[in-house]
Amino acid sequence: MNEVMYRQATTGQGTGMKKNTMAMELGPQRKLEMGEIKLSIRHLNFYYGDKQALFDNTLDIAARKVTAFIGPSGCGKSTHIRTYNRMFELYKGFRAEGEIMIDGINLLDTSIPALHLRHRVGMIFQKPTPFPMSVFDNIAYGLKLHNSFSASEIEGRVEKALRDAALWDEVQGKLHHPGTALSGGQQQRLCIARALAVEPDVLLMDEPCSALDPIATAKIEELIEELKGKLTIVIVTHNMQQAARVSDFTAYMYMGKLMEFGTTSTIFMNPVRKETEDYVTGRFG
Amino acid sequence: MTLLTRRKLLNFIVLTLSGMAAVLGLFMLSWILGDVAWKGFSSINWDFFTQLPAPPGVQGGGLVNAIIGTLLMTGTAACIAVPFGMMSGTYLAEFGKNNLVGHLIRFLADILVSAPSIVIGVFVYLVLVKPMHNFSGWAGAVSLAIIMLPVVSRTTEEMLRLVPPEIREAALALGSPYWKMTFVIIYRSASSGIATGVMLAVARVAGETAPLLFTALNSPYWMHGMNEPMANLTVVLFNYAMSPYDDWHRLAWGAAFLITMTVLAVNVFARIMLRAKRRMS
Repeated sequence: MNEVMYRQATTGQGTGMKKNTMAMELGPQRKLEMGEIKLSIRHLNFYYGDKQALFDNTLDIAARKVTAFIGPSGCGKSTHIRTYNRMFELYKGFRAEGEIMIDGINLLDTSIPALHLRHRVGMIFQKPTPFPMSVFDNIAYGLKLHNSFSASEIEGRVEKALRDAALWDEVQGKLHHPGTALSGGQQQRLCIARALAVEPDVLLMDEPCSALDPIATAKIEELIEELKGKLTIVIVTHNMQQAARVSDFTAYMYMGKLMEFGTTSTIFMNPVRKETEDYVTGRFG
Repeated sequence: MTLLTRRKLLNFIVLTLSGMAAVLGLFMLSWILGDVAWKGFSSINWDFFTQLPAPPGVQGGGLVNAIIGTLLMTGTAACIAVPFGMMSGTYLAEFGKNNLVGHLIRFLADILVSAPSIVIGVFVYLVLVKPMHNFSGWAGAVSLAIIMLPVVSRTTEEMLRLVPPEIREAALALGSPYWKMTFVIIYRSASSGIATGVMLAVARVAGETAPLLFTALNSPYWMHGMNEPMANLTVVLFNYAMSPYDDWHRLAWGAAFLITMTVLAVNVFARIMLRAKRRMS
């Protein structure tokens, strides 16, 4: 069992003097019971060219739990989770410093090609991203990348992935229809199925419901609930209720800094910092 | 005059002027199309597609050799330019976004797009026709390919860039190698756009005369291969329209009609395809 300390509230920022003193008093004593750790992020700094976007983010992500990142637009939540699969390497001038450990490997270690790491960290985007091919091929594409399965093996795995993503019943009869013809919510679950098929350890979800209607959103949230026993989920969301509903741990970010991290109930009910409280109660942001 | 009426008046004047300009443009276009259709359509008959050109003074005759010549040269040009153009467009969109080589290629392609086609004709004359001492269908095809190349390259680049970055990232996040992501996912997403670009490029060179004048020249006979001067619709149109014979004038109108309608049809089809693509995404 791992014990991780609360990230301590450091500099007093004018408001909430009382809270801050409390944080300093409470900080070292309040321990966070997290269970098994999947990802250890240490001193993560991120730069868009000359502009620094993340400042010394340090936290742990619990295995087979849901960790939510909340915070106002532009605070760096998406930037933060996108470092986990080194997607930033696609863009010139973007770079990350620090350490993201997964099972003893540093994901930011440039001597390991990103290609060898990315299938361990799946990713779901705000807008569904079905490939322009059939439902079946969407999932088979990822499967064929890593293994030379027989046709029947692929069929079985495609079905399993679709079942895991709670989509099988709806698309069973249209496996060979284009993936782009599905509804928005179905497309998003297709993308989840596609990511699950390559059996990642971690699933990153960057505002996965913000383009979906409430019913489709509810289905995705249900799915997250079902999946979390199997893999580690990290979700970025603008929807505070969603974070409260689906996550076990919550990180509050502001201006590229990790302001507070703890169990979701603590962050929402009894945050250490005044800023966190202001944000989760809707007074700010 | 109050401020409001002044603004209304100004609005009216601007609207009238721009409307008149649009009408003028449309009028010219329909005049040309109407004239070509009116005079050209009557020369289109079975002989036009099946007979060789007749000597002046002899009734009838057709342009079958020129039709085949144009198809052959345009087709060969497309076979040369499309693979090269697509590969260079892929380089520009995927690898040469911000580097010096990318900027250089893009700049040169833009210059080549706007280069007068006669310059390209003279260039191919100097590097192919003169050393080989022979006008040929190959030389014609090469000059058309040079004109197509930058068009295909830039359209491919633009179409690949239109594919949302999330699609790329989603493919890469599955552990896909970059080349596979490009050729399997991105090409497929951009396929109808690229096909449209290729069709527009073909339509563009199908109407070129100047580069063929220096390379393929013309011929009143059946071709025996692409190593000899080759008849083609645009040069035939040019020669016959300049001739003093009424029969040849009639055939020239027929050629004009055929070229114009083909180019128009390809353009319309390409636009319909593009619209269907936009509706889908």
